[in-house]
Amino acid sequence: MTSHAPSHEDAFEAHHGHSHGHEAGHGTFKSYVTGFLLSVILTAIPFWLVMADVLDSAVPTAAIIMVLGAIQIVVHMIFFLHMNTRSEGGWTMMALIFTILLVAIALSGSLWVMHHLNANMMPMSPEMMKNMP
Amino acid sequence: MFSDPDLLKFIFGRLNLDAIPYHEPILVATFLAVVIGGVALVGLITYYRFWGVLWRDWLTSVDHKKIGIMYIILALVMLLRGFADAIMMRLQQAIAFGGSEGYLPPHHYDQIFTAHGVIMIFFMAMPFVTGLMNFVVPLQIGARDVSFPFLNNFSFWMTTAGAVIIMLSLFVGEFARTGWLAYPPLSGADYSPGVGVDYYIWGLQVAGIGTTLSGINLIATIVKMRAPGMTMMKMPVFTWTSLCTNVLIVATFPVLTATLALLTLDRYAGTNFFTNDLGGNPMMYINLIWIWGHPEVYILVLPAFGIFSEVVATFCGKRLFGYASMVYATVVITILSYIVWLHHFFTMGSGASVNAFFGITTMIISIPTGAKMFNWLFTMYRGRIRYEVPMLWTVGFMVTFVLGGMTGVLLAVPPADFVLHNSLFLIAHFHNVIIGGVVFGLLAGVYYWFPKAFGFRLDPFWGKMSFWFWLIGFYFAFMPLYVLGLMGVTRRVNSFEDPSLQIWFVIAAFGAFLIALGILSLLIQFAVSFIRREELRDTTGDPWDARTLEWSTSSPPPDYNFAFTPLVHDHDSWWDMKRRGHSRPLAGFKPIHMPKNTGTGVILGAISVVFAFAMVWYIWWLAGLSFLAMVAIAIGHTFNYDRDYYIPADIVTETEGKRTELLAGEV
Repeated sequence: MTSHAPSHEDAFEAHHGHSHGHEAGHGTFKSYVTGFLLSVILTAIPFWLVMADVLDSAVPTAAIIMVLGAIQIVVHMIFFLHMNTRSEGGWTMMALIFTILLVAIALSGSLWVMHHLNANMMPMSPEMMKNMP
Repeated sequence: MFSDPDLLKFIFGRLNLDAIPYHEPILVATFLAVVIGGVALVGLITYYRFWGVLWRDWLTSVDHKKIGIMYIILALVMLLRGFADAIMMRLQQAIAFGGSEGYLPPHHYDQIFTAHGVIMIFFMAMPFVTGLMNFVVPLQIGARDVSFPFLNNFSFWMTTAGAVIIMLSLFVGEFARTGWLAYPPLSGADYSPGVGVDYYIWGLQVAGIGTTLSGINLIATIVKMRAPGMTMMKMPVFTWTSLCTNVLIVATFPVLTATLALLTLDRYAGTNFFTNDLGGNPMMYINLIWIWGHPEVYILVLPAFGIFSEVVATFCGKRLFGYASMVYATVVITILSYIVWLHHFFTMGSGASVNAFFGITTMIISIPTGAKMFNWLFTMYRGRIRYEVPMLWTVGFMVTFVLGGMTGVLLAVPPADFVLHNSLFLIAHFHNVIIGGVVFGLLAGVYYWFPKAFGFRLDPFWGKMSFWFWLIGFYFAFMPLYVLGLMGVTRRVNSFEDPSLQIWFVIAAFGAFLIALGILSLLIQFAVSFIRREELRDTTGDPWDARTLEWSTSSPPPDYNFAFTPLVHDHDSWWDMKRRGHSRPLAGFKPIHMPKNTGTGVILGAISVVFAFAMVWYIWWLAGLSFLAMVAIAIGHTFNYDRDYYIPADIVTETEGKRTELLAGEV
C-alpha cells in the first residue's frame, strides 16, 4: 500500500528522470525446476560425502561442503529470488553487492581480529600451559 | 492457596514484592513525581476531552508528519530522563571525595550510568533522528507519505514500547549495572543474575525491530517515491544523509539483534557463546557489538550533517558549496564506518598489524568529515549570513565538532589509546562529538522545521538562551573531563580519594547545571512560542526563504502534503521554482488516494511491552500468551482490506483555496 495517488500522476509519468526499472521477474516453471534440481544435487553431494565417508580426512570434506554451500546460495538467488542486473533498475543488484561487501568485511574482520586475540591470549588453564610450545 | 510457593512462582515468575524499590528514597520520590505528573496529564486530557482526538488523529495515525512529531516528543521526554541521570552522576562525583561516599551507593550509581547511556543513544538520539527523517524526507522529495505508512506507525510504537520497558525497570526491579553495551562476562548469568540485564536486552530488542523496519521504510521511500525529475544527484543533502543513515541501520541493526540474541541464549538457555567456559569467548561479543556500534555513531551524526547543510545553505542565501563532494563524502563515510570498529577495543590484545590497520582507517574517516567542514565554511564565505537560531547552532557545532574530531584522531592512535582507553578523556571525546554534533544538529533541525510542522515559528529569544546555555554549559561540563582523563581518571567510578581532583568535578557539575538551564530554556521556548503563536504565525509556508521542496507547501502541510506532485528541474528545487516565477496551481484538483489510520500498531506495541515484561520476570505463561496474541493480531491485520480512502476533490480545492487566500493576505 502506498499513498501515491493513482490518477494525477499519469501526466507526469513520462517525465520520470530515473528509471523505476522493471519489477522483479516471476520465474518460469522451467527455471524453478532447474533451481530445485540444482539445489537437490548440491545438497545430496555433502550428505553423500559425509555418510559414505568418501574422503578420508575431515578437512577437505568440510572445505568441499563450504564451497557447495556457497554455490547453493548463488543458485537460490538466481532461480528463486530472481536476482539479475536488471530488476528494479539495478537497485537489487547494488543492494546485493553492498550486502556481500559488508558480510565479507564483518566475517573476515572478525576472523582476523579473533585470530589475533587467540594468538595473544594468555593460557587459560594449567593444562593449556602444559601444552604450550 | 497463596501460600503455595510453586503456584506463586508459576503465576508471577521471579516477580515479588521485593522487586518494588520502596526502600530507596530517591526512587520513591521519583515515583511520586511521575504519579502526580501522570495524573495531572490524564486529568488535563480528560478535562479538554482530548482522548478521542488523541486516539483518532495521533496514536493511530499513519501520517508520516504526525509520526515524526510523536517520535520527537518521545525523544524529548527521554532526554529529560537521560539528563536527570546525567546530573545525578555529576552531583555524586562532585561531592564523593576524601572519604565521603556521596549519596549514590555503587550499585545504584552503576545502574544510573548504564541507563544514561542506553537512554541517550537508543531512546533520545535514535527517535529524534528517526522523527526528523520521518517528518522531513517525504516532504523534501515531494511525496505524500512514506512507502509503507502502517509499517511506519508500527515502527514508532515498537520504539516507544522499548522505551516503556526501560522506564519500567525504574520502579519494578532494577536496571543493568554493566555499562551501556553490557559486556559479558559481567552481563552473563553468573555475574548479573538479576533482572537488570534482561530489561536491557528486551528493551533494545523490541525497539530494534522498530528501528530496522523504519530504516527499510525510509530507504524504500527515498529510492522509489521521489518527485519526477529528482534524480539521485538532485536530492537535497538531508535526504542523502538520511538514505545513508538508513542503509547503515538496515545493514547493522541485525548484527545488534543477533549479538543480543546470543547473549539472551547464554542467560536464558545456559549456552556458552560469551562465557569463559566450554569454548565460549566474551571477546567475540565485544567484537560483534562494535561492528554494530561504530556504524551506529554515524547513523546518528549523518542526519545531523544533513541538517547543517540545509541550514547553512538557507541562512547564507547560497547554494551549498560542493554539493557533489558533500554527497560523495557522505557515501565514503558510510562505507568507512564499517571498517573501524576495532578502535573501540585497541587494548583488548590484538597484535600491532590489526591495531595499525584500524587506527589508520579511523584516521582516514576524518578526511571526508573535514571536507564537509570546508564545504560549510565555503558556503558561508561571501554568503549573506542571517544569524537566526539554527545558524547559531551550526556555527557552535562547527567549532565544537572540530575539537571533538581532533581528540578523536588522538584516540585513533593505538599507543595513545592505551593511555586514554576507558578514561574520562574518552568520555569527554564522545560527548564532544555527540552533543556538539548530533544534539546541536537535532536542536537546529527542530528550530528550523518547527514552523513547517506547526505553522508558527519558535520564539527566537528563548532559542538563543537555550543555545548559549547549551554551548557554554557543554564546555564547562566536558573540558574538565579532558583534563581529568589526561591525568588518568577512569570512567564509571562513584567516589574518589585524591582531593585535588575535586575542583574539576565541581566545574563539570556547574557545566551540567548550565546545560540544565539550556534544556529548561528549550521547554520555556515551546511554551512561550505556543502562547505567542499568533505573532509568530507563518502564513507563507516559507518563513526562512529556504531552498528545498518542503517549503513549497503550506505550514503545517495538508494531510496530502502536495495537491500536485511537484516537478523537479534542479537541486534546491523550491529555490529554482521561486526564481523561475513558479505559480501555484489553483484549479483542476483531483481526489487524492490516502492510507487509513489503524490502531494495530498501538496494540502490537502494548502487547510487546507485556511480552518483554513476562520474559524479564520469567512469567512463561504470560510470555507465551502475549507472543501468540502478537502473531494473531499481526496476521489478523493482513485481512484488513479497509485501509485506504480518497480525499474528495472539493475538499482539496477548499484546502488549497484557503491557502490562496492566506497567501494573498500576506502580499
